[in-house]
Amino acid sequence: MTAKLEVLTPGLFATVQDLGRPGYTALGVGRSGAADRDALRLANRLVGNPEGNAAVEATFGGLAVRFDGPVLIALTGAVGPARLGGRAIGPNAPVFVGAGEELRLGVPDRGLRTYLAVRGGIEVPPVLGGRGTDTLSGLGPAPLAAGTTLPVGHRVLAWPVVDQAPCAAIQDEPVLRLVPGPRLDFFTEDALGTLLSGRYAVSAQSNRVGLRLDGPVLRRAKSGEVPSEPAAPGAVQVPPSGQPILFLADHPVTGGYPVVAVVAEEDLGGAAQARPGTRLRFVRSRLPG
Amino acid sequence: MRVHRYGTRAALVDLPGAAEVLGLDAALAADPPEGVEEVVPAARTVLVRFDPGRTTFERLVEQLSGRPLEPSPSHHGDELVVPVRYDGEDLAEVASATGLTEAEVVERHTGAEYRVAFCGFAPGFGYLTGLDPLLHLPRRSNPRVRVPAGAVAVAGEYAAVYPHPSPGGWHLLGHTPLAVWDTEREPPNLLAPGTTVRFTAT
Repeated sequence: MTAKLEVLTPGLFATVQDLGRPGYTALGVGRSGAADRDALRLANRLVGNPEGNAAVEATFGGLAVRFDGPVLIALTGAVGPARLGGRAIGPNAPVFVGAGEELRLGVPDRGLRTYLAVRGGIEVPPVLGGRGTDTLSGLGPAPLAAGTTLPVGHRVLAWPVVDQAPCAAIQDEPVLRLVPGPRLDFFTEDALGTLLSGRYAVSAQSNRVGLRLDGPVLRRAKSGEVPSEPAAPGAVQVPPSGQPILFLADHPVTGGYPVVAVVAEEDLGGAAQARPGTRLRFVRSRLPG
Repeated sequence: MRVHRYGTRAALVDLPGAAEVLGLDAALAADPPEGVEEVVPAARTVLVRFDPGRTTFERLVEQLSGRPLEPSPSHHGDELVVPVRYDGEDLAEVASATGLTEAEVVERHTGAEYRVAFCGFAPGFGYLTGLDPLLHLPRRSNPRVRVPAGAVAVAGEYAAVYPHPSPGGWHLLGHTPLAVWDTEREPPNLLAPGTTVRFTAT
């Protein structure tokens, strides 16, 4: 029999996510997928799944689920109190769950998005090769709601041999590496300096599409719109308000606001863990491009 | 051609116009340089995403600079014919804004050969170039909350078919029963970049 998990409450917002649907951007479909891809990959490895299996992405804790059969799970990403049945369980470790047991996540102490992987993967039907929800395009399953039942699949690798993964703590003030953007010349000469020296705070309007940042305003030297340009995760677009928007997993595939800088994809997991109010800084990337 | 770094795993190529965009897109599809993962055309630019483990930005710039930029010839034979019932809510307004009769708007809209330049805005939303300059109009000042799937519309220098119900600020000329987007189909999109399109009145 196929195991299932039933959502008792989704918390603030929870979706199924995998590594997205690459290869369709030219058709207007973004890659989407887990906002913190490294955390999703780790969660899958900890339960012996292929890294791209679908898991649950819970935003700011609050998720409660019941498992109808014995399964192996792991929690990664944002760390906070988690209880399975009556006992507390820790993050970044495989955990056995008995049939009928309930998992409840509290509000995370650090970070924003917690990943719950189940050995075998969440087996919702794929759309264009991806099982995740793209909140911008509406592709994929609906966000989780109380009563949603998620089937567990059978796509597994060898049984895991680790019992705990060492993980660096989520940074309180993330430092994001960036490369100057293609439309830097749309801004006044001090724009890059302002971006690199300023502290920006993540606004409450942020979501899977992007982080809206409050901080020093970036002024335009040229007015007018850019003809629609392709966008990629990490693009820092600047609308007329001068307050930058950092694109995350569900960003639009084209955009008309100039891109002042592009954050390294390696650092986007940290950005996706920044909750509203988090202060962050930018530095020049030394990564090979 | 100017090539900008776009983060650590992409390059953005500036081109003179839509024809060169299609030309480079077709050239890269026919013979992708080592390490290229995805090519995304837009209005005047092409984004080339690459695997930094297999190539570098500098090597890519070298390989892109050698590419021919002539507009690519139309796809031989794969012209998509889109049947349209010209009953759109904005047809009369478009006629008065352009100084044409409604019949002339339809005639000019059906008389052109279009090509899908790029997709954006929503899955399967193709921007079609080739629109008669007389039909170039700025977007509606008040976008509609909901435009139905299959709506045939124009705005700026582009024509389009709305692939799904969505908000939209384009001028609606009519509608087609053709499903231009279907996620059950592979590829899901009838209006992929490079496709030649003709509208016919039904």
